[in-house]
This record gives sequence, structure tokens and C-alpha cells, in this order.
Amino acid sequence: MGATFDLWKATKWVLFYLLVAVIVVVSVFPFYYAILTSFKTGTALFQVNYWPTSFSLDNYWNVLNSGSFPRNLLNSIFVSSVTVILALFLAITASFALARVRFRGRGLLLLTILGISMFPQMAVLAGLFEVIRALGIYNTPWALIFSYTIFTLPFTVWVLTTFMRDLPVEIEEAAIVDGASPWVIITRVFMPLMWPALVTTGILAFIGAWNEFLFALTFTSNNDTRTVPVAIALLSGSTQYEIPWGNIMAASVIVTVPLVILVLVFQRKIVSGLTAGGVKG
Amino acid sequence: MTTETLAPSARAAAPKVKSELMQQRIRAARLFLIPMLIALAVVAGWPLLRSIYFSFTDASLSNLEAAQWIGFGNYFRWTVLESGTVRYRGLLVDPAWWNAVWNTVRFAFLSVLFEAVLGMMVALVLNAEFKGRGIVRAAILIPWAIPTIVSARMWGWMLNDQFGILNDLGMRLGLLSQKVAWTATADTAMTAVLIVDIWKTTPFMALLILAGLQMIPKDIYEAAEIDGVHPVKQFFKITLPLVRPALMVAIIFRLLDALRIFDLIYVLTPNSASTKTMSVLARENLFDFDKFAYGSAMSTLLFLIIALLTILYIWLGQVKFDGGDR
Amino acid sequence: MAAIELRNVRKSFGMVDVIKGVDLEVRKGEFMVFVGPSGCGKSTLLRLISGLEDITSGDMLFDGKLVNALAPSKRGIAMVFQSYALYPHMTVYENMAFGLTLEKGKGKEEIRQRVEKAADMLQIRQYLDRLPKQLSGGQRQRVAIGRAITRDPKVFLFDEPLSNLDAALRVATRIEIAKLHESMDHVTMIYVTHDQVEAMTLADRICVLRDGYVEQVGTPMELYERPDSIFVAGFIGSPKMNFIAGDKAEKFGCKTLGIRGEHMDVSADGIWEGTVIHTENLGADSYVYLDMGQEEPIVVRLDGTATYQSGAVVKVSPQEERIHRFDADGKPIR
Repeated sequence: MGATFDLWKATKWVLFYLLVAVIVVVSVFPFYYAILTSFKTGTALFQVNYWPTSFSLDNYWNVLNSGSFPRNLLNSIFVSSVTVILALFLAITASFALARVRFRGRGLLLLTILGISMFPQMAVLAGLFEVIRALGIYNTPWALIFSYTIFTLPFTVWVLTTFMRDLPVEIEEAAIVDGASPWVIITRVFMPLMWPALVTTGILAFIGAWNEFLFALTFTSNNDTRTVPVAIALLSGSTQYEIPWGNIMAASVIVTVPLVILVLVFQRKIVSGLTAGGVKG
Repeated sequence: MTTETLAPSARAAAPKVKSELMQQRIRAARLFLIPMLIALAVVAGWPLLRSIYFSFTDASLSNLEAAQWIGFGNYFRWTVLESGTVRYRGLLVDPAWWNAVWNTVRFAFLSVLFEAVLGMMVALVLNAEFKGRGIVRAAILIPWAIPTIVSARMWGWMLNDQFGILNDLGMRLGLLSQKVAWTATADTAMTAVLIVDIWKTTPFMALLILAGLQMIPKDIYEAAEIDGVHPVKQFFKITLPLVRPALMVAIIFRLLDALRIFDLIYVLTPNSASTKTMSVLARENLFDFDKFAYGSAMSTLLFLIIALLTILYIWLGQVKFDGGDR
Repeated sequence: MAAIELRNVRKSFGMVDVIKGVDLEVRKGEFMVFVGPSGCGKSTLLRLISGLEDITSGDMLFDGKLVNALAPSKRGIAMVFQSYALYPHMTVYENMAFGLTLEKGKGKEEIRQRVEKAADMLQIRQYLDRLPKQLSGGQRQRVAIGRAITRDPKVFLFDEPLSNLDAALRVATRIEIAKLHESMDHVTMIYVTHDQVEAMTLADRICVLRDGYVEQVGTPMELYERPDSIFVAGFIGSPKMNFIAGDKAEKFGCKTLGIRGEHMDVSADGIWEGTVIHTENLGADSYVYLDMGQEEPIVVRLDGTATYQSGAVVKVSPQEERIHRFDADGKPIR
């Protein structure tokens, strides 16, 4: 009896770890393979290998020294950073009002903000195009910063509101008794307590802006103003059969590695931020 | 406020004088909300209204200013030919549009279904105590962190008909008898898109479900264990009902996201009619085909569909909008 | 003149009435304790006085002036919260100085002097550079009190300040607060607690609240000796007053007879008979629980040497002058 029981336990153990292994391999393999490919050049590129066979930085050198990719990287960094800073700035005060002050219409307002965050961006594309042209910012980074607000602002407001709700009421009341105005409460009491939340929200919004494709594709029109996702999507050779896979993979690795590091470093915080935005409501 | 002579009920009904504190807070709240509201009105409200307006005009990309109101023409119109036959035109009788609707719905349904099932599986694994759990959680965050465009390109390479590693693997394992042009063939293009989307988004689903799982108190399982409830039964009788609210919210959240899919399909299977979704078709009409008004009509319909589902989400999710103490 | 006066003050949250018409005067320099079971509205009443909540109707006066709508920071109050509510990211010094830095026209030197004076009063000067998380619970509570002192308030509000401390620390801090009150004799203090021992030991006067109404206001001894209702009689005093109904009460001409455990004697010619259920020996005294056919066991408080076997039958008599008689409405018959 004992022996069979152990066998059953061992089988379960093996099956469980097999499942774990499959999950890990499937998750990591495409990225691993992209890295593998990015180190290959010439004909090596067209031989399927599962393990590293050659190591060459030519693709990276190509991507970083020719064409507009470095410029695209700078564009992406600039656009994403400014978008996030603007969104956080507007969202901190707004989320204080939404989380901490009772006023009529608060529920409806939160509902609207949630609604906008689920908005299909396609629905506003035509109108945004008109506004951006009217403002004269078409084909500039400002067009992207302007349009990205449509998803970063509702998201940051929503997440910061859920965070701000969880701050202890008594600390705010102590500040009120101390004579602090709402502005002082936000800047001198809440902000220092919310750094982790701000960083988390900022990173999530940054990733969102960094990855955005539709607006970037539509509101920029030449190589120098594009962001990285568009640049990678449009990287191509002279014909269909000359797609520069090595370069594409090198560019992909360059834009992904910082994100992966960021995500892994802030793992716990990001998970809590994601669930705050999605589930808690 | 010296109304002591009044009866209590009358006093309660009298207009309440707000205290300085409440006035200050409400004034501040208003001031704090105005910049955000203006920003949202400018980037979301106004453009949405303009997009809907354009769908009722004959606007063209090159000359937006000259747009003339034509009513429902972009959606539905008919002309009677000299021969007497009636010809219907417009979005509602456009087979390309209905093909896109079908593609979108099919994609959304299948991707969310697989993501929910696989996400649940991954969440259950992550909810168990085992060595190396941290590594697994870090690993599943990688697909989520990779930009969609990058994952489209990465998978495009892996799914390449001649040099793709998946064809190679399939042949080696005997799963494929010959190399498949995954992204180019009409039959497999949707499968390719689904594979990539499921790969990329299952982690997100798993994390949301995991958050729900972790809210289930552990002692419920201990009690079930003592009562000798079989693990499979535990899952269906305890876990699933308790995690259902979180699961439902995650599913609808994802569904709304899947319905507006654009970038993955635009990059992975360009120009394939069998994967063209509403968003892809709408953008094509807006900017590539110079049918700005027609594209606006498409995006307006897309908006309507998603708006209806958003209302469903809020209703099903029973999201609390009046939480918080102040 | 009363430092604080409440006239028919009411508070409702939506449809729920929490304070249902309270008239109360708190005298200048007095230590007033609000006591009552949970949900009686005592914390809400304190928050109305602080100005953190609006009153729904009625009037509130500080030193004869109407303050219904006045902001908390302008009422001359300071508040000590149950959870201490220290600002976690500020040092003890910054915590105590925060309110002063927000006031206009306060020089750095003046602020320093006031913080240090308060710190000396509470012996927390050596902690001024620490963060709240580096302090023990008792030290945090001192800082919270110090922060309140620094504001130099006319009225000191305490919202269950000891409930997060362990038993020994609670007693020590209680004595500390009593000493503080003595040293600041012109400062009015209002203190909320659910613990009647804290109320009895600290208060000049106690205000017993029940279900949104004031049940009785009086000195601790007044409440102990002349409770205005069965509720107050049962709430004040430990062990709880015994209530006896039926024939035994009717013999004394009342519906319910109240007698405290310490006002009963065991003797061979006792008028009541009961079976010992249980004896608790607390050292100084012992509580003997008797079954006398009442709903609840009757507690007799005897000195610590008394021992009774469970099941033994004993005879007891109430000290007649200590009997409280109540009518059917729970009001005393005097």
C-alpha cells in the first residue's frame, strides 16, 4: 500500500514540475530565440538552431549606426516620459478629489473615466487626426504625447484613486486638524506615502506609451519622427524576400531588454498595480 | 442656523449650511478635477464627437474642411438604376465589413476563451507552494512586458514558412508533414494570430485570476481536506465559484481589449482578408483608401459595440464606485 | 461660561441617525469622558466637536461663539487618534512641528522652542530625530500627544487613545494623561473610551451615551451612586451591577432591583439563598457567582480569603442603603 502511494505522489510531483517547465519554456523561448537570432548573420540566420552557434554583434551595429533607429529610440523615450509625467501630474490631484472628497456625481465621473480607459482608440482616430492637424503638431512628438493622454490619463487616475483610497483616513484627519489644506495634504502628506504607487503607476503607463502603435503609425509620417514600435514594424528590405530578420531581432531585443529588466525589478509592485487597475475596481 | 423653534423634521429638510471644511474640500476637488476633465474632453470627448460627425459626411482625407453632411449615406443607401433594379450600398451591406466583424468576433471569442482556461491553469500553478515559484512568475511576466509589435515580429520570424523554428520543430516531432506558411495562408493566418495573442496575454489573465485566488482564505481548503473532498471537486465546488467574480471581470476586460485589436494583425498578417478586423479595416479606409467618412462610420460602429460591452462589464463586474471614506 | 456647548445637536449619515439630539455643556478646564458601548455615537460626537464632521442640525458653541461651520484648525483644538495617525515619513520633530509650520508668522526658533517644551513634558526629547516606525507603541502614543500639545490647544480631544496599547502600558499612559490634565489646568479635555475603568479614573465628569442620546452626565461617583437608569447602573462599575427581578424585587417595591457585588454580605441569616456556580479568586478579592433563579448569575464580591465550593448553598443579604430600585421603564425610584 505504502509503495503505491509513494509512486502516485512521485507521479504527481513529476507531472506538476513538467507543467511548470512547459509554462516557463513557452513563456521565455520566443524571447530567447529572438536574442539567439540577433547574434546571427549571413547564412547562419537561415539555419534553425536551438542553441547558440555563432556570436556576432553586426546586427546591433547595423541597427544603431544606420538609418533612423537611434533617433526613433530617443523619440520613444521622450514621448513616453513626457506623457507619463503629464498624466501623473494631472492624475495625482484628480485622484485625491475622486478618492477622498464626497461630492455629487463622483460615481458617474469614475464610471466615465473607466469607460474612456476601455475606449477603442480607433473610435477617436478620425477626430484626433483633425485636432492634431488643426493644432499644427502633426508629425511631431507632441502629436503622440497629446494623443497618448487618452489612455495614460484614465489609467493613472483610476489606479491612483484605488491606491489613495487605501491610505489611512486618520492621517489625513490629523493633517486637517493641523490646518493643512487639500493641496498641502497631497504634496506634503500623501505624495511621500505614495511614492511606491506613483512609481508603479508610472512604469505601467510608461510601458503602455512605449508600446503604443496605432497613433504612432497614424500621426507621424517620416523616419525621424517615428517611435520604436513603428520603426520595427516598418523595417524591411527592398523586397518581400529580403526582410532583414537579423536587424529586426536586434532592434527588438534593444527595445525589450529595458522593459523586461524594469518589469522583473518591480515585479511585485507591477502585479499589484495591474490588479488594482483591473480587478479591485 | 438658529432655528431651534422648528420641529426636527423641518430642520433636517432645511437647506444645510456646509461647513468651511467641506466647502474647502469641495472647492479643492473641483479645482483638482478641472484640468483632468479638460484634458479628457480635448483628447477623447471632442475627437469622438468629430469622428461620429464625419461618419455622416462625405469627408475625404485631403479635404476635411469641405465635408458635407450626407446623413446615413455611409451606413446605408440605395440607388434605383434605370433598369428598375435597386442597388444597396453602404457599410451595412458591405461584405468586407461583415467579414471584418466576423473576424473580430471570432478572434475575440477564441483568444479570450483560451486565455481564460490557460490563465486559470497558470494561476493555479502559481497559487501552489513550490520551489522556484518566483522564477515562474518572473518568466510569465516576460511575454507581457514585450511590446506587441516586437512579439508580432518575433513570432513572425518563428512562424516563417522557410526558416521558421516552429515548422522545424513540427517536422522533427512529426506533427507536421510539410512546412506551413502560417501567416500567409488564409486557413492558418487566424491560428497564427491567436497563438501570438494567447502567448502574450495569458500572463495578464493569470495574474488577475491569481489575485482572485489569493483572496480565498486558506482554511476553506483545509476544511475541505479534512472532509475528504477530492481536489477536482474542490476546484469546481470551492475555487471556481469563489474566483468567479475576478474571472468574469478579467474576461470582459480582455474581451473589450480583443475587440479593438489592431497592431498584432497589422504587423503579423498584413493584407490577409481572413484576419482583417474592424480596427484594421477602419484604419485602412481612413488613411490608405482615402475613404475618410466611410472609415469613420466603421469606427463609430466599433465604438457602439464596445460601448455596449463596457456597460455590460460595469454591470457584471459590479464595480463599486462609492468606496472610500471621504 | 461653558468652554463647549452643544444645543440639540444631531448627525445623520444618509438615512441613518447617529446622534439624535444632544444637549451638553463642557466646562472650561474640565476632563470630560464620553463613554458607551460601541455604536452609541461617542466617537461621532467627538468628531462633530472637532469639526471633522458637519453637524446635521443644532448648534455648537465654543466659548459662547457659534462654530457650526468653523474649520477644525480654527477651533483651537488638537486631537489624539486611536491609531496615533503620525505622519510615517516625518521624524518625531517634524510630526510635532507640522501644524506650526503651516501657521503663518511662526519663526523657526519659536517652533523649535515649542516642540522641545512639549517633548520635555512627555520625555521624548531623545526621540526627536527618529521616524515613527522606529518607536514602540507607547512612544508613538506619546508623540501623538506631544504633537497635540505643541499646537497649544484650548481643547484637547482624545479618540480611544489607549485601545492599541497592551494592558500594562495602558495603565501607565492613563496615569500620564491624568498628570497632563493636572499640569494644564485651563485646557479642556474630551476623551472617548468604551472602557468604564478609564472613564472612572480619568474623568472629572462622565457623559454616558447610548444609541445617539446622552443617558447621564455626572461625576464618576454620581454615576456610581446615583445612576439615572438601569443602563448606566449596569455600565458603570466592575463587576457589573446585579439585577434582580420578580418576587425578590417586588418585596422592595420595584420592578428591578439593582445591587452591586461589593454591597452584598454573606451571612447565616441572609434573606436570599443561592447555589455557588463558580468562584473567581483575584487575590485582593474574590467574585462568587451564585445561581439565584435569575436570568444571569449573581456576583458577590468578597475579600480574597473567601473560598466556596461549587454547589454549596449560601445565604446573602444586600446592604439596604445601597439598593437601587428601578421601575418598569428602567428609571430609578428614589
